[in-house]
Amino acid sequence: MSSITTTKKSLALLDNKGEGRINGIIRELKNSRVSYMFIAPYLLLFCLFTMLPVVISMFFSFTYFNILEPPKFVGFDNYIKLFLYDDIFLTAIKNTIVFALVTGPVSYMLSLIFAWIINELTPKIRAFVTLVFYAPSISGNIYLVWTIMFNGDSYGYANGMLLQMGAISEPIQWFHNKEYILPLVIIVALWTSIGTSFLAFIAGLQGVDKSLYEASAIDGAKNRWQELWYITLPSMKPQLMFGAVMSITASFGVGSIVTNLCGFPSTDYAAHTIINHLEDYGAIRFEMGYASSIATILFVVMILTNIIIKRLLSKIGDA
Amino acid sequence: MGIFVFIALTGIFMALPVVYAISNAFKPFNELWLFPPRFFVRRPTLKNFRDIFIIMSNSWVPFSRYIFNTFFISIAGTAGHVILSSMCAYALAKHKFYGARLIFNIIVLSLMFNATVTAIPNYLIIANLGWIDKFWSLIVPAFAAPLGLYLMKQFMEQMLPDAMLQSARIDGASEWKMFWIIVMPIVKPAWLTLIIFSFQGLWNIGNTVYIYREEMKTLNYALGQIIAGGIARAGVGSAIGVLMMVVPVLIFLLTQSNIITTMSTSGMKE
Repeated sequence: MSSITTTKKSLALLDNKGEGRINGIIRELKNSRVSYMFIAPYLLLFCLFTMLPVVISMFFSFTYFNILEPPKFVGFDNYIKLFLYDDIFLTAIKNTIVFALVTGPVSYMLSLIFAWIINELTPKIRAFVTLVFYAPSISGNIYLVWTIMFNGDSYGYANGMLLQMGAISEPIQWFHNKEYILPLVIIVALWTSIGTSFLAFIAGLQGVDKSLYEASAIDGAKNRWQELWYITLPSMKPQLMFGAVMSITASFGVGSIVTNLCGFPSTDYAAHTIINHLEDYGAIRFEMGYASSIATILFVVMILTNIIIKRLLSKIGDA
Repeated sequence: MGIFVFIALTGIFMALPVVYAISNAFKPFNELWLFPPRFFVRRPTLKNFRDIFIIMSNSWVPFSRYIFNTFFISIAGTAGHVILSSMCAYALAKHKFYGARLIFNIIVLSLMFNATVTAIPNYLIIANLGWIDKFWSLIVPAFAAPLGLYLMKQFMEQMLPDAMLQSARIDGASEWKMFWIIVMPIVKPAWLTLIIFSFQGLWNIGNTVYIYREEMKTLNYALGQIIAGGIARAGVGSAIGVLMMVVPVLIFLLTQSNIITTMSTSGMKE
């Protein structure tokens, strides 16, 4: 903290002696008015486009609302309908859990392992390899090339190879066959998922104090795994936390990738996620109350998962 | 040794689709329809890239319009994001005032959910502001993206020396002047990072519920339209995909070391 603001503050406290507590607070706010001016523009937009929408969404989730008529309060009806009568929602929950359980941890572990290995390379090669791994996540729709590689006719690369080897006798409709949809979408989602957490891990590894390794060798660390668990991971714990938040949010957010690869809805809802379900009711059927209850459930699940995972990660290096 | 084989194999897995897209973009028509399909291009041609302009010249809106729209949205949104986030981050990191901690905690909490969750209320808010079919609907919400503020605040907290700010204050510099003359030059790695994150997000905006007028649509939307034109457009589709990819990848390439520096302070406390 800057000591000039602290001095101002203590002066303010001295002045306050005779005044009431409220006056003190007002004075404090006045002294900080420059700070408030600095945060005001961002905060105003943040409230308008992030905080307020969360509150509105929770409110709508207890109503019937179709945009044309004013919302009508229906209590917990939307939630009851979702869990008891909406089979597709249950499919969507199942798929979302599969995505979250597979892409989340796998992409997190891969990012960490890649970063760990890359850390040993010389700076020039490291920069190149970093680009190779990170590029798919910032390349927008380039993942659509997977639909060409796995095209449903014999000109698709995968079908062409399998046909030529004689492994199959007719082309497979990869993205429209419910047996292949989910695994394929998971692979493509993983391919695009080496993102922000990966960069954070690279930075975290570079920041580990090298002298700690020498100390641990003297203390009797037996192998690289012990070194990793007792020295490296605890040293980069803050980055591990940040990376976890990024990975969890991304793995629960799988939605548009399904629509772009498999069409909407995917065959037999084989890769239908909660996000797709939300879009279905929000953007197509205009049942905004119902869609808001889906959004609220997703919101709560994401926040809870983040909190639980952060608790778990805080144990790294303990035992 | 096994570890390097592993990184080489996964590296190939990561690179192959991109290489395939680039290779496809340069394939002449007959090579796209070979059986068995060939991975690499034999006789590269620029025809697919020329075809983009031919196809687009038949559309209602000149192709250059989509390019302009995308650049305008990306640059305006990114500029506002960098300036507003940095201002807010500076106060949160280096000033002491009521509510600073609470505000930062709420912003951290907002990193934990996906923007789709708030899509419906956002639509209603944008509609009520009268921003449907205005670029503002895409640009202004991008100003207040939480990730950029988070990274900037963490960076400033750890990288801005208090003593330097202190002596500037004693010399009588105003906070506003200090922000531009001292703070921003020091946190250059952080705002370069904010630029790549914000830019690539805006650059990749495709079809949105906020924009209906054709002449205001984006490049990514036009790409989707061409690909939707059917399988015969596979070459042109790849060509546009490659063009779309070049810009964010180039920015990342130029700013990589700065981004890693920024990420070194990105850590989150329990």
